[in-house]
Amino acid sequence: MKARSWTIVSLLVLGALLAACAAPAPPAEEAPPPPVAAARFQTILDRGKIICGCNAELPGFGYLNPAGEFEGFDVDFCKAIAAAVFGDANAVEYRPVTAPERLPALQTGEIDVLIRNTTWTLTRDTANEVDWAAVTFYDGQGMMAPEATGWKTFEDMEGATVCSTTGTTTEMNLADAFRSRGLDYTPLLFEKTQDTATAYEEGRCDAQTSDKSQLAALRSAMEHPEDHVILDVTMSKEPLGPLTAHGDDKWNDVVRWVVWGMVQAEESGVSSVSLDDMLESDDPTVRRLLGVEGEMGTSLGIPNDWMVQVIRAVGNYGEVYVRWLGPAGLNIPRGPNELWTNGGLIYAMAVR
Amino acid sequence: MTTATEVMKPPRTEVGVLGWLKKNLFGTWYDALLTVGSVAFISVVLYGVTNWALTGAKWGVVTTNIKVFMVGRYPYSEIWRIWASIGLFAVMAAITGVVWRLNIARARRAVTISWIVVSLLTVVLLAGFGENTPIPRVPLAIWSGLMLTLTLGIVGIVASFPIGVLLALGRRSNLPVIKVFSTMFIEIVRGVPLITVLFIAMLMLPLFLPASISGRLSNVLRVMVGMTLFSAAYVAENVRGGLQAIPKGQYEAGRAVGLNEAYVMALIVLPQALRAMIPAIVGQFISLYKDTSLVVIVGLLDLLGIAKAVTGQTEWIGTQKEVFAFAGVIYFITCSALSYASRRLEKQLGVGER
Repeated sequence: MKARSWTIVSLLVLGALLAACAAPAPPAEEAPPPPVAAARFQTILDRGKIICGCNAELPGFGYLNPAGEFEGFDVDFCKAIAAAVFGDANAVEYRPVTAPERLPALQTGEIDVLIRNTTWTLTRDTANEVDWAAVTFYDGQGMMAPEATGWKTFEDMEGATVCSTTGTTTEMNLADAFRSRGLDYTPLLFEKTQDTATAYEEGRCDAQTSDKSQLAALRSAMEHPEDHVILDVTMSKEPLGPLTAHGDDKWNDVVRWVVWGMVQAEESGVSSVSLDDMLESDDPTVRRLLGVEGEMGTSLGIPNDWMVQVIRAVGNYGEVYVRWLGPAGLNIPRGPNELWTNGGLIYAMAVR
Repeated sequence: MTTATEVMKPPRTEVGVLGWLKKNLFGTWYDALLTVGSVAFISVVLYGVTNWALTGAKWGVVTTNIKVFMVGRYPYSEIWRIWASIGLFAVMAAITGVVWRLNIARARRAVTISWIVVSLLTVVLLAGFGENTPIPRVPLAIWSGLMLTLTLGIVGIVASFPIGVLLALGRRSNLPVIKVFSTMFIEIVRGVPLITVLFIAMLMLPLFLPASISGRLSNVLRVMVGMTLFSAAYVAENVRGGLQAIPKGQYEAGRAVGLNEAYVMALIVLPQALRAMIPAIVGQFISLYKDTSLVVIVGLLDLLGIAKAVTGQTEWIGTQKEVFAFAGVIYFITCSALSYASRRLEKQLGVGER
């Protein structure tokens, strides 16, 4: 049987399909990938909005509210960058990304900036060709225990049973923390974080370990969150912050200075409440920060009133922290995320 | 067989409820054991589930977020467009029902055409035009929730069917280029997991295409293309199975009455082949519909993605069970509807009877 006319039709349609998939990639187009990265900032300006890779399911940091809008600590930094560049905090296209695709999405230019609780490590910085801009949250592995125990340090916890997830760095850090102090403990290991939380709540262990932000989220899901404390001990470094693709320096500068500008604003007492008064301030740092004098914004390639827009849209660093991670939110003590002037690690480079 | 009962009534333990029980549940001692065991197991599970559903579960997470579950990030101010689309479809369904029930042969063609028109209208209505029009553009990229799940499912099913048929015909073709291309396409796609196809569509495509083009393809569109091509390969094999089952005499008879090859295929062979393959093809469609939940992995917020996203709300942390149960019920309802429709279709076309 020779269904020739049918096969010709098939050929045409399949050919068209194939052409649609493959044709627009002539070899000549593959030559200039570096300019794509370098020209990212211009692309963003032309587009009129930033594409922000974010988390869609992390309590306090990035999730959907009942109206279907993204909100959270990380999301506020997306808004801040949009406010600084375009004077409009809504000039953002949120692109939820999962852990395995987040770095490739940045490399392929799917997203302009990734703000999704990504720990700044040497391997990621080099092997994945990405550049962190700043640190917005110093996370670290912590310990949660019932308040009634009165525990403060590892030494208090001699002989305790600790719930942890198995086969992760979490388990290793836990072992290191106790062994280096010569203390005894019994680990109780589970596959999933949710299971460790359940075991802890059922009283099968005396304490539970995980990243502090995670512990805070687990705690707020408990029936009596007020009965549990996150101890002031830290077992690992998990600095989280926004990152951009490698070789995209101008754009990276904008992102980092927006973060540092928000930190400087808190340090200088500029908040969404005091903004109007601060515009009249005599403090040279404040005047430069708010664009009253000097050309800070202009030299970044963005409007000179950039920080005014940021503060108006989301507030300073401290306000963003309190909004999502303060007592009304996840209730994570500021700890290392306190300003350096208050004994924390949050420090802005000089705005001048 | 049944006429024998008219002569003399059997003993009471052989008919009615008792008879049914004895025959089906307590026929032998091991039947009885199995029955008792199963009933005990089912009661324990049912008790646990209902107890949790009625007392322990925090259903507030579903009721508070019902808008997000259904239409995701579709803007509040534009939701009337979704209602309008649902209304259009309801009206069309009613008209179709009346026309078919009353068997108005003349109206059938008009109804079919208006279905196509209404579908296109709905797409335009939901997606919108430019900025300053009464229906502003709602970019595909923010479609989410059940709406995205249904969109991916419907587009995948509608688009993969014709492509699948063409691929099946191509694979049986005598022209070597077409045959080799179709065979390679089908075999390569079937040799790759859907997850990989999705990752390629999401992350590799921008590397192959120049930025000016890939920037304009929304991630939803890319996933649609990936899923459609994936499903088409499977549909093609189902259709090929159907084509092979048609005896050669059918082709020859068609040629004998003077039809050309296109007509033989379109009027004689394909209708029979497709009719025979309905169960297999619908099975493929149901599996495609459920596979849409995999798009979570590439960061799209379909029904399942939304379920995970709302558990991030500080108020509803730890309500995974509730949201997944809700999503499961919705999947069950929609999949059952699909297989019900398939059974109706089979009955009307008399599959397995002729």
